[in-house]
Amino acid sequence: MAFNKNLKEILYSVAAIISALLLGALLIKLSGHSALKAYYYLFYGAFGSTYNIAQTFLKTIPLIFTGLAVAVGFQSGLFNIGAEGQLYLGAFAAALAAIIFSNLPGFILIPLALAAGALAGSLWAAVPGILRAKTGAHEVITTIMFNYIGILLTTFLLKNYFKEEGPVDQTKKIAEQARLPELVANTRLTWALFIAIFVIIIIYYLLNHTAYGYDLQLVGENINAAEYSGVDSDKVIINTMLLSGGIAGLAGSTMVLGVLHRFITNFSPGYGFTGIAVAVLGRNKPLGVLFAAFLFGILESGGMSMQLFAKIPADLMTIVQGLVILFVAAPSIFKILKNKSGIFRGDNS
Amino acid sequence: MTINAVEMKNISKSFGSVKANDSIDFSVKKGEIHCLLGENGAGKSTLVKILFGLYNKDQGQIKINNKPVKINNPAGAIKEKMGMIHQHFMLVDRFSIIENIIAGQEPTRTWGTSIDKKKAAVKVKEISQNFGFDLDPEALIENLSVGEQQRVEIMKALYREAEILILDEPTAVLTPQETEELFEIMESLKEDNKTIIFITHKLNETMEIADRITILRDGKKIGTVNKNDTTPQKLANMMVGREVLLDLEKSSKNPGKEIFSIKNLSYKNPVSGLELNEINISFKKGEIVGLAGVEGNGQLELEEIIAGLKAPDSGEILFNSQKITKVSTRERRNMGLAHIPSDRNKYGLVGNFSLAKNILLGSEWNPEFKNKFMIDFDYLNNYTDQILKEYDVRFSGKNSRASELSGGNQQKLIIGRELSRGAEFVLAAQPTRGVDIGAIEFIHRQLLKIREEDKAVFLISAELDELMSLSDRILVIYEGNIVARGKVEDFDQEELGLLMAGHSREER
Repeated sequence: MAFNKNLKEILYSVAAIISALLLGALLIKLSGHSALKAYYYLFYGAFGSTYNIAQTFLKTIPLIFTGLAVAVGFQSGLFNIGAEGQLYLGAFAAALAAIIFSNLPGFILIPLALAAGALAGSLWAAVPGILRAKTGAHEVITTIMFNYIGILLTTFLLKNYFKEEGPVDQTKKIAEQARLPELVANTRLTWALFIAIFVIIIIYYLLNHTAYGYDLQLVGENINAAEYSGVDSDKVIINTMLLSGGIAGLAGSTMVLGVLHRFITNFSPGYGFTGIAVAVLGRNKPLGVLFAAFLFGILESGGMSMQLFAKIPADLMTIVQGLVILFVAAPSIFKILKNKSGIFRGDNS
Repeated sequence: MTINAVEMKNISKSFGSVKANDSIDFSVKKGEIHCLLGENGAGKSTLVKILFGLYNKDQGQIKINNKPVKINNPAGAIKEKMGMIHQHFMLVDRFSIIENIIAGQEPTRTWGTSIDKKKAAVKVKEISQNFGFDLDPEALIENLSVGEQQRVEIMKALYREAEILILDEPTAVLTPQETEELFEIMESLKEDNKTIIFITHKLNETMEIADRITILRDGKKIGTVNKNDTTPQKLANMMVGREVLLDLEKSSKNPGKEIFSIKNLSYKNPVSGLELNEINISFKKGEIVGLAGVEGNGQLELEEIIAGLKAPDSGEILFNSQKITKVSTRERRNMGLAHIPSDRNKYGLVGNFSLAKNILLGSEWNPEFKNKFMIDFDYLNNYTDQILKEYDVRFSGKNSRASELSGGNQQKLIIGRELSRGAEFVLAAQPTRGVDIGAIEFIHRQLLKIREEDKAVFLISAELDELMSLSDRILVIYEGNIVARGKVEDFDQEELGLLMAGHSREER
């Protein structure tokens, strides 16, 4: 039965994706382009060559981290919208660690820089977590504010202390041995992919097979029952934010160590926010996030080639992404509406 | 020829794969009080909701006063002179009684520009006097007791000239005295030839007020009987579908040494302002101490303080002679506190979790359920199977979620989880609320078994029958004060009811 239920959810997600693509085709048609050509280049861009496939995976990696960060928060009933800020802090800390300790050998420096990024993300998320647990300040508000503060803080620190000479606001390049090894030459697709998958597996086990994960989900499902059964829900909330922020921090540090090789201001095209969509599409489950992030990776890299070769505006691809989310999120919206109308029924009588 | 005020024929209604009503025939004579009796989920509410136009039936016909009708919504039902009083009242707190009664049908002055309150007041007063409602029409709803609010709901229906009144479990929220008052009103309505459909699962109420009784079980009609031709035992058997033991055998037994005690405990609820005042209770091994009281008199606060969910303002709690006033909930549970919470959906269960994960609740860090760092699901599943079997929890599939169980089975799951932890002191708050007769019988036996095992039970309940048949000692709580205490033999039901309502012993 559980299997059937999962199967149903998967089938539903697939159906949602297909519906979104069909509706997207209609929109492309209406805007005067050939839908067939568009989707051909979409597919080509995502899978047409080794390089293209590598690009697709490359786009997938940060979304796995940010999607997972948001999903972990959701599992505990926390809406961490601050993944973007946590990502910046993580990226900055990773770059700094790699630059400061550039004498160390790679097998120490890489884990150190990754850890520094995770830690910075954690600490940045901890503040909203503590505020939520101790004062009840809603994390949606505080994490949004912390995005601005975090992004601008990294810019401030960079410009004042760590800026490399030149027109671009960026640090100097990190040492050769601090860079993650490439999987496919000249693609910047690195070991980061395995780190992402490894983190997915860890979180999967943590959530489903440990007492820690049980408490985390318990607080998300029914905080009163958690308290009743002896769980310190404040502690769980803070720990969950630490975990969520740490994962988001890894998104930043793997970008720095694998792709950018330095910290650049405003480097993220909103991975933290796309992570929310990835988490929703993946139903807040680790494996779901993996597939959802991959889908978004396909749409990203395919969208680029669509724009390049089929001359279709990339905005249309964004619309298709939006449609996918809308269709997947539709059942929960429907549920809410149904409950609402139920209330109305009661009122009438 | 007698007129059937209501005649429902061959009514069926399904929700998904569940047949809530299965070809039910139900007829009510004009001017009678007709009890619709059945356990939770038997289909009582569904049937009357169809009658009142809140649900659409899948099949069947409805006749009102021998005339076929189609009722698609409550407005249609009101047109047919029906009125329904729900369990949850639909009143505006800030409005007066009269404003609530006329809402939606305000009598207007000639030009329809303003409300003619005087005209309304005359009619409301007339209703109030005729049926003995005893209410001041200008009083604000927020100042009324639950029983009085219910009377306003009934007046509202009568103001709309209802001839057929449907009361959906009206006594669930009332004190024993308020129930008596409601029954008096029902009698006077009957004298006025009004027809009343009264939904309940309580046998004694049925026997007191009904003319005829229709019993439903699992969506099917079991039968309609005259009150005078039946007994509570027969009704119970029809409701449950098997022999039910209504009376429990309790062994006489001397309590052992004190295991748990509450000393000079005071607490003020910052929201409601309710104050627990210098509460002192001692619990001994092998003893059931009952706390009687109408809901909202401090029981919930006391329950939460004992469980460690709230800290008292002053006073002490001792468990095995150890001060636990500042000890966390988890530690209290580890020390041997079991807690059957009064609000099972809020505290006792996680609706979205599987049954096994609900059994694990509170034990997830217990090494017994772990295999190194991981939760040992094989062990947990076996353990769960054992508990579900032992405590007779009925469920549809292995992977059912707790929310898919019926109320009684949810309660049995909680009780199974809590009692199987080897606790020394069991805090049982409203353990049979909203639970079927069959399950009530089972739960009562479990609590008596715990007593036999020389453990202490603190039974917080609003059910007098339950308190009288289980407790060794009884305390009565009223507005945060323990107003009476003594051995169970020292009380009778009527006296307990009066004490719960705030009358002192001397007053009688």
